Amino acid sequence: MKTIKLVDLAKTIRSKNAGTDRITFDIIFRDKENYELVKNSKILNKKFIAELYNIDIDRITDFVEFDPGFAIKFTIKRLQPSGSPGEGDVFGCQQYPPLLDIEIPV
Amino acid sequence: MNKKELRILCPNGHLGFSPTKEESFWIGAKTKPDYYCSDSGSDDIGPGPLGEDKSVSLYVWQKHDLELMLLASREQNVPMIIGSAGDTGTNSRVDMYVQIIKDLAKEHNLPKFKLAYFYSEVDKEYLRKKMESGSIIEGLDSRTNLTLEELDSTQRIVAVAGVHPYIKALEMGADVIIGGRSSDIAIFAAPAIYEGFPENVSYYAGKVLECASFCAEPYGAKESIIGTITKDDVKVTAMAPWQRCTVASVAGHAMYERSNPYYEYFAGGMLDMSECVYEQFDEKTTRITNPKYIPIEGKIKVKLEGSTKIGEMYIGIAGIRDPYTIKNIDKVIELARDQVKEKFGDKGYELHYRIYGKNGVMGDLEPVKEIKSHELCIVVQGIAPEKEVAEEVTMTGLRQLFYARLPEVKGTAGTAAFIVDEVLRATPAYRWSLNHTVEVDDPLELFDVKLIEIGE
Repeated sequence: MKTIKLVDLAKTIRSKNAGTDRITFDIIFRDKENYELVKNSKILNKKFIAELYNIDIDRITDFVEFDPGFAIKFTIKRLQPSGSPGEGDVFGCQQYPPLLDIEIPV
Repeated sequence: MNKKELRILCPNGHLGFSPTKEESFWIGAKTKPDYYCSDSGSDDIGPGPLGEDKSVSLYVWQKHDLELMLLASREQNVPMIIGSAGDTGTNSRVDMYVQIIKDLAKEHNLPKFKLAYFYSEVDKEYLRKKMESGSIIEGLDSRTNLTLEELDSTQRIVAVAGVHPYIKALEMGADVIIGGRSSDIAIFAAPAIYEGFPENVSYYAGKVLECASFCAEPYGAKESIIGTITKDDVKVTAMAPWQRCTVASVAGHAMYERSNPYYEYFAGGMLDMSECVYEQFDEKTTRITNPKYIPIEGKIKVKLEGSTKIGEMYIGIAGIRDPYTIKNIDKVIELARDQVKEKFGDKGYELHYRIYGKNGVMGDLEPVKEIKSHELCIVVQGIAPEKEVAEEVTMTGLRQLFYARLPEVKGTAGTAAFIVDEVLRATPAYRWSLNHTVEVDDPLELFDVKLIEIGE
């Protein structure tokens, strides 16, 4: 089956702190067509994300398909609050790249 | 309600953190908005600044941004509101911003005006008394409720203000407001509510305006935007000639930095955006209708942020190029840790390694397990209550990368490259200890608003 990478379908793929204890991920599409394509593929879900990041599924606190924003969004718990010693990303803004290469069937 | 519509200019999503872009600010200022409002703080910067009670923004940038807003708002005789002064919103940061306003008034010979300010720091004794009399300081984001032990360990606590102290300041006749730590959206919602607009559109305006041009496209921070509030809708317009507020950019912003894009919580209630309707109003403007305001039932809950000191911190940096050492990097670090353990044992310090080129950015979240880089950068972080111990732990942890005893190593003159052969003193290490809420009888209980007169 032919696939396209998420990076070639989404307008924005980002991660950022949601408060001190969580990191939230946004995958935003320019139009309804690409959004629906990814949403309906059902590739992105809690289980898939947990496997991709090698974390317990319980660490994913929210998974939302946000129709008005043509966006899919999920949030994970940090193991320690942002900026704790040994943490590598105070803003949580460089945790999205593994999402870029997700293959979506078209 | 006297005004049919209220126009608020927001120049910067985090005033002072990086300078406001002047062109779009003056384009917006020329349209004579009713208010100039900006948030100046964030908990994104980590717990260190709150613990140490210092800014991460440069003073010259803070002054630059305040100067733009003060000159425009005084010239046009409309209020200017700043929340979460100086990154952390602590008392010293509020004092510093008040002083900057005084200095600017003098430098520019501004005629008399009224400045209101309020502090946000919370006395630990106040919370202790509440806890001892049975109040629960409730944990947010799956945290457990606050214990007395954790309270004791905490260096400094700020409460996150809602609209209440801002409305109070406007009622007192303030022309300029400098707020302590505040909910971003309160800074914008307060003037709208004060002017008689419904809560739902007022809070939504705060939600969409607080990060300035982050709700516009193409991407570009620190550009001004203007929100126009009527009793029925909010319209948001990009001021930069090259930016637009589109349905996608505005709806997309609703989810920014929040676990859930539909609900926004603040002292006094919640904004439900699940049925918001977004429309392109004109080329640069998006119109939003149908946000809902859900007031809290019972007492108001105010969010608390607190920071606990862990110890003094040093940082060391090493580069590694030998492919054999790179292949065995985990072993090298284990050997270095052993050397630290030999001297200091297992307790009383922390030693962390970030290996850039392996998983320095993502740590355990990194799905790429194989090292593909021909060189690595290793950052060593040593922490201990005493400065001397922290320095020695870090130095040992770093130098042992240089003396890595790998059996087959060819480069016996040194197994790591240094930019500087020393460890660097860092700001002490802190940890977010409070991300909690406290119930209050009076929403102004934690925020005492004061008014002073400034100018000639």
